[in-house]
Amino acid sequence: MDTKPRLLTILDIITGVLFAIAVGMVFFYAPLEATMGEVQRVFYFHVSSAWVGSLGFAVALVAGILYLVKGDRKWDVVEVAAVEISLVFFFITIASGYIWSALAWHMTVWQAMEPRLATAAIVELVYAAYMLLRQGIEDPDRRARFGAIYVILGFVTVPLTFLSIRLLRSIHPVLFGPGSPNAQGDMAMTSEMYTTFFFSLFVFSVLFVDLLWHRIRLGRLASQVEQLRLKVTH
Amino acid sequence: MKSDLPASDKAASLQVERVSAPSAFSGFLRAVAAIIWKDLAAELRSRELLSAMLIFALLVILIFSFALDLDARTRGTVTSGVLWVTFAFAGTLGLSRSMATEKDRGCLDGLLLAPVDRSAIYFGKAIGNLVFMLIVEAIVLPIYSILFGVNLFNLGVLLIVLLGSIGYAAVGTMLSAMAVQTRTRDVLLPILLFPLAIPVLIPAVKATEGFLTGAEMANIWPSINLLLAYDVIFIAVAFMLFDYVVEE
Repeated sequence: MDTKPRLLTILDIITGVLFAIAVGMVFFYAPLEATMGEVQRVFYFHVSSAWVGSLGFAVALVAGILYLVKGDRKWDVVEVAAVEISLVFFFITIASGYIWSALAWHMTVWQAMEPRLATAAIVELVYAAYMLLRQGIEDPDRRARFGAIYVILGFVTVPLTFLSIRLLRSIHPVLFGPGSPNAQGDMAMTSEMYTTFFFSLFVFSVLFVDLLWHRIRLGRLASQVEQLRLKVTH
Repeated sequence: MKSDLPASDKAASLQVERVSAPSAFSGFLRAVAAIIWKDLAAELRSRELLSAMLIFALLVILIFSFALDLDARTRGTVTSGVLWVTFAFAGTLGLSRSMATEKDRGCLDGLLLAPVDRSAIYFGKAIGNLVFMLIVEAIVLPIYSILFGVNLFNLGVLLIVLLGSIGYAAVGTMLSAMAVQTRTRDVLLPILLFPLAIPVLIPAVKATEGFLTGAEMANIWPSINLLLAYDVIFIAVAFMLFDYVVEE
């Protein structure tokens, strides 16, 4: 593995510090929300996780297209890194989303099938399938090609899935209580909340870049090891 | 007879044949038709794929009827879902078997060596798979109607079955072409296919249910639009990406 760049170490420290500040802001700076109380604080990191998940997915898509067009294996490394990070952050989004629904609106997982959250869950399944697909292929070139194709297909599915689930919900309206998940956008936010919110988004974006960089380095090492192994066994 | 023509005329006539654009497209169509014909002819002789898909579909319906304990009332609401799950599972069987026989007997390599556009292979296989799915569905629908006393001979239902099957076969053929080249083959296809097939299954179930319960067309149109959008988008995307699936 190449020696860790100085810039990456600095980025690690900055990320850590920013994250600590963000946590502090969420708990101490942001005011207590009127209807939902302490549970609402999940919102800051829930949305930020969703943001990072989507960012990862977008990066994976671009990397996949670039790999198919250019054939340069480094784009494959970026793609896997982005998918893995997105996998983790979407999982955080889904878990926090369902916990939030359960605590704030006393809804079961099924009742809380809000289109965005359900779409995130399906994207998670697409990632799981992606990982299994890659695991089943030994040839690195084929693995990279198929991975890229599946990411592109998965990406195309997302808007259609979202619309389908919204269709599902609209025809059989579930009786939500006051302050339902669909009223998320209507949550009145004070200026401190806005600040905390946007700062969280910023911090999570920095975290994404940091993690992506680390994971790309790891991916490069892994592909070097694999090339050596192939040379030895053939 | 060409042999009677002087050499220059022969060359000119040959040249004209090679250059004119319509023949390239009709060559494409002929390739697609040839692949479909090959699949149908092979299946006609052995009938192994269709019988496997059909028996599997009927077994799934049987299991559902026991598992859900369908009485007359619930049957009405649940029919649509049961039908589509059955078609999805039977479809998966057909898709993976169809590609597997292609790969195992070296037919895929033969097709790739032929001087046709790679996408002709895709369309040929996809339409072949679609035909198999439709045949199974054509048999399952009347049997379900008779067994459970639900009238499925509804033009709307048949339309939805067609649209849904087109989308499913389009994505399924693409993914089975990938899955067949992995170690885990048959196991992998459902895992790859189902997340991507959700935008087909949800509108298909909704629309089928709508037609069966006699809902207003205004409520059913969104589902039909989604199905059409899915079909068009995925056929286009598959057409663009198939080359990468089979290149060596």
